[in-house]
Amino acid sequence: MAYLDHAATTPMLDEALEAYVATAREVGNASSLHAAGRRARRRVEESRERVAAVLGARPSEVIFTGGGTESDNLAVKGIFWARRAAAPARRRVVSSAVEHHAVLDAVDWLVEHEDAEVGWLPVDAAGRLDPEDLRAELSAHADRVALVTAMWANNEVGTIQPITELAAVAAEHGVPFHTDAVQAIGQAPVDFSASGVAALTVTGHKLGGPTGVGALLLARDVAATPLLHGGGQERDVRSGTLDTAGIVAFAVAVEAAVKGQQEYATRVAALRDDLIERVRQAVPDVIYNGDPADRLPGNAHFSFPGCEGDALLLLLDAQGIACSTGSACSAGVAQPSHVLLAMGADNDRARSSLRFTLGHTSTQADVDALIAALPAAVDRARRAAALRTPR
Amino acid sequence: MRVLAAMSGGVDSAVAAARAVAAGHDVTGVHLALARNPQTYRTGARGCCTLEDSRDARRAADVIGIPFYVWDMADRFHEDVVDDFVAEYAAGRTPNPCLRCNEKIKFAAVLDRAVALGFDAVVTGHHARLGPDGLLRRSVDIAKDQSYVLAVLTREQLDRSIFPLGDSTKAQVRAEAAERGLAVADKPDSHDICFIADGDTRGFLAGRLGEAPGDVVDASTGTVVGSHSGAYAYTVGQRRGLHLDRPAADGRPRYVLSITPKTNTVTVGPAEALEVSEVRAVRPVWTGGARPDGPVECEVQLRAHGAVVPATVALDGDRLHAELRRPVRGVAAGQAVVAYRPDPAGDVVLGSATITG
Repeated sequence: MAYLDHAATTPMLDEALEAYVATAREVGNASSLHAAGRRARRRVEESRERVAAVLGARPSEVIFTGGGTESDNLAVKGIFWARRAAAPARRRVVSSAVEHHAVLDAVDWLVEHEDAEVGWLPVDAAGRLDPEDLRAELSAHADRVALVTAMWANNEVGTIQPITELAAVAAEHGVPFHTDAVQAIGQAPVDFSASGVAALTVTGHKLGGPTGVGALLLARDVAATPLLHGGGQERDVRSGTLDTAGIVAFAVAVEAAVKGQQEYATRVAALRDDLIERVRQAVPDVIYNGDPADRLPGNAHFSFPGCEGDALLLLLDAQGIACSTGSACSAGVAQPSHVLLAMGADNDRARSSLRFTLGHTSTQADVDALIAALPAAVDRARRAAALRTPR
Repeated sequence: MRVLAAMSGGVDSAVAAARAVAAGHDVTGVHLALARNPQTYRTGARGCCTLEDSRDARRAADVIGIPFYVWDMADRFHEDVVDDFVAEYAAGRTPNPCLRCNEKIKFAAVLDRAVALGFDAVVTGHHARLGPDGLLRRSVDIAKDQSYVLAVLTREQLDRSIFPLGDSTKAQVRAEAAERGLAVADKPDSHDICFIADGDTRGFLAGRLGEAPGDVVDASTGTVVGSHSGAYAYTVGQRRGLHLDRPAADGRPRYVLSITPKTNTVTVGPAEALEVSEVRAVRPVWTGGARPDGPVECEVQLRAHGAVVPATVALDGDRLHAELRRPVRGVAAGQAVVAYRPDPAGDVVLGSATITG
């Protein structure tokens, strides 16, 4: 199988898996007072320090969560609630049109249930935000804005946002800035304090750690109202018995991903560039989506004119090639990607798109397998799509 | 063969897909998303297009061990089945949406796409037999037989269809599902029309077509005996729900004899006035052998699960004419007349056409 869907999830690193298994054999609740509890607590706190050290945060700024979706919800809703509680006029959320659904749907929920209003920032044809748009938005509404949330790098088209510039604009107006950096950690340089963001989402399974564990980095002076109430284990912002084994493995993976980022990016970007070049040769009218330069090293995203992405996916899947069409609703029906639409693509182009994402286990053979199968799959998908015309 | 199994989320299509695998085919499962908004269509375990059904189909595919995808056919379904359903009622006819779905969606849009993507055939869980002789026959389970709603399929469509369940009863299918570990083994059968959430066809039509009050006229006297809020809500042969203002002069029950959209009139009369001895139909399909030049002695069925009567059927261009050996009540325009040849190995579908009168 040629696994070209690392942005969905990537295999666990051996050292993370070993750390997980070793820790999972030990008993102990990190909140318990006895020796077993203290041992678990020590593993959690060492992990917190490792994560903080490589991501440019203080240990106290690391809040362990159940993953990216929880971290995004905690940041968006939690900061919104805390800021509005401090000043009722602050009920505006500023976000971008290309966010992951964990942010988009959390913002929509605030609009529907919490009387929030929202300012959507546009993107250009490459999916890039313009800090000047944020400046204009905040100049007009800063006193009413609860928070700004914009992703570090896009999960579909791989475009890396000018986060430091955006965070600086937010800071000028004293507005906390959250970024979903799930796709960026280990792929691009990320430093929490240097970037100037107030909150940052990271998850384990995109960088070689386990699924179901992640963190929200939350600056010490930023308040967030909890989503989950209970034992108050994480700074009283997040409750729930700590997943010691998951956290240990997560920290191992974060550390390895961040320390190996440059070498990884060089190797994977070379493979990715070869993939792009050969896809272009195989399908001359293909459209390469996203920013050619400011881009995640493992991401290649294309529109195949005259094809439906889900037909192409089926055909490639049958040849042992795993890729992705982008967003899907709960019934599994392919929806045109909101990211492509925000970048100005029409419905047909959005529906004709496929994402190939490389990762730490990717090899030249994976790219070769894709190139071997792609032309026939595109031909077939085009014939199938031609049937859509009303008869 | 490389085959595509249409999986509704019910027990029949799950077992059909499993049998196709057992028969040695390379099977891919597909669930058809037919509702534009799943919430607006029938909910729970009774429909064919809810999120729950989609999950049930996916789970069955996982157990069987085949790839599974969801195909969005909502727009095609809406145009070719739902809009057609409404338009047919508005024209005073009584459509069969399952038949239309087979004709336009499952064995047309889906089959065409499957073939274009490199599949050789479509597998469904319909209860009907289709053997190596290419003839479509009734299921061994007469109570579950679905050959009537498949009779509209052409030779080309049948040649690319596989119905693995025709030799089994529904009870056998359920038992096999349980043996195979398919959780849908005990799932209730779907009934009625999948896109009408509460089973209230009249309410559904009223919502689409609006109120259109008019007269109910007695055929024997020509007098107005009641009123209705929309002629489209009536079906030939219907007795219940007429709400006549006064009893008929002869004191006998009244039935809907005809619907005239032009004058928005529902005509009622006694039961015997419903009796029909000949049926005219259009757009014939003939798959039970070569298209006949002369009259054919056979049996005909005039609605789903309706009685079967001996008849002489003749084709003339785009028309079909059936002389019935004994009169039949409640023949509605828009339904199909299906001709069968009695056969000990399962009655053979000869052909079908759409009834006009």
